[in-house]
Amino acid sequence: MKACLIVDDSRVVRSVARGIVRQLGFETAEAADGAAALEACEARMPDVVLLDWNMPVMNGLEFLHALRARPDGGRPKVVFCTSENELPHIEQALAAGADEYIMKPFDKDIVETKFTLVGVL
Amino acid sequence: MSPHDFAYLAGLLKQRSGLILTADKEYLLESRLRPLIRSRGLTDFREFVNALRTGDRALIDDVVEAMTTNETSFFRDIKPFQLVRSFVLPALLAARADTRQLRIWCAACSTGQEPYSLAMVLDDERVRLEGWTWQIVATDIAPSVLAKARNGLYSQFEVQRGLPTPMLLKHFTKSGDSWQLKEEMRRKVMFRTVNLLDDLRGLGRFDLIFLRNVLIYFDPPTKSVILEKVSRQLATDGFLFLGGAETVIGVTQAFEPVPDQRGIYRPTGTTPTFAVASQPARPGLAGVRA
Repeated sequence: MKACLIVDDSRVVRSVARGIVRQLGFETAEAADGAAALEACEARMPDVVLLDWNMPVMNGLEFLHALRARPDGGRPKVVFCTSENELPHIEQALAAGADEYIMKPFDKDIVETKFTLVGVL
Repeated sequence: MSPHDFAYLAGLLKQRSGLILTADKEYLLESRLRPLIRSRGLTDFREFVNALRTGDRALIDDVVEAMTTNETSFFRDIKPFQLVRSFVLPALLAARADTRQLRIWCAACSTGQEPYSLAMVLDDERVRLEGWTWQIVATDIAPSVLAKARNGLYSQFEVQRGLPTPMLLKHFTKSGDSWQLKEEMRRKVMFRTVNLLDDLRGLGRFDLIFLRNVLIYFDPPTKSVILEKVSRQLATDGFLFLGGAETVIGVTQAFEPVPDQRGIYRPTGTTPTFAVASQPARPGLAGVRA
């Protein structure tokens, strides 16, 4: 079973995302900030990361840079999932190595679309 | 709603649009026509049916429009758009090398996501289409959805259902909370109000027709009539795409399935497509490059 790491500082968002991602057939792990997400990747590199942008300690963009700098950090697909919905943010995310971008609010259709687009479904 | 009123409305819909409304769909009629009844200042279905019986053409059109299903999304089902790029386009580029012209028809295009998705595919292929002219004609029975289609303004939800983010960045501008397709892409699609039961000859001939998720709303005789009419608008070596739950088998002799290409049909007797160098299978929409 493929693994999805859900990174968001909101417990409610993580819970909603967990329900959707499990319905799509993934095992899930969770982290509340970028630093915790890096630790989770140390333990087990996921197939896909659903990544919030604004978080304490280490934000999503910083996490993405750190992940992609790792020798094995190019493998996971990274789908941003954030309330930042302006063009410059989206461009910045893709330039940093994100594979897709979800603007909150989201639903199962959108997550399924984006996971299909990045090739994990 | 009385059985008498239901029978009248179902008959009207069948006659005007070909849509089939079985008795178990009475709830659909109730929920979709109630707002129309209120907007006309009428109180119930009896008054509404009486108004329709006077032959009020605008009201009849409103009923047809209210009962039309407009479910759609960008790159819906993904695969057909990959096949246009990897299978259909190479065949048409070879077959039309002398005229260098392509005409595409999206029938029942709803709010425009399907024809615009095709326009984005062809825009991606502009190197291969250098020196070619191509036209996409998109039609629907409902003027209101076509107005939205022409405007090319979509909600955040709509642009996230099927559209790869690089294509969003390339072809859209943000407009408040919505996203608008850039004018240069909007101009590539010509929208027209067309009832598939009417005379279609004015549309001309096409090389590729998308008639996806439309036939499911019609009964077998109406499906047959529509497919026969559509076949007359398709070049003898053209391609027809139907939805995943639709087929021509048992409905018409005018088309036959393309072997091993689910959802694609060609006029019966078309010379088998020459070997097309298929693109390697890639995930998602990678076959539809952004």
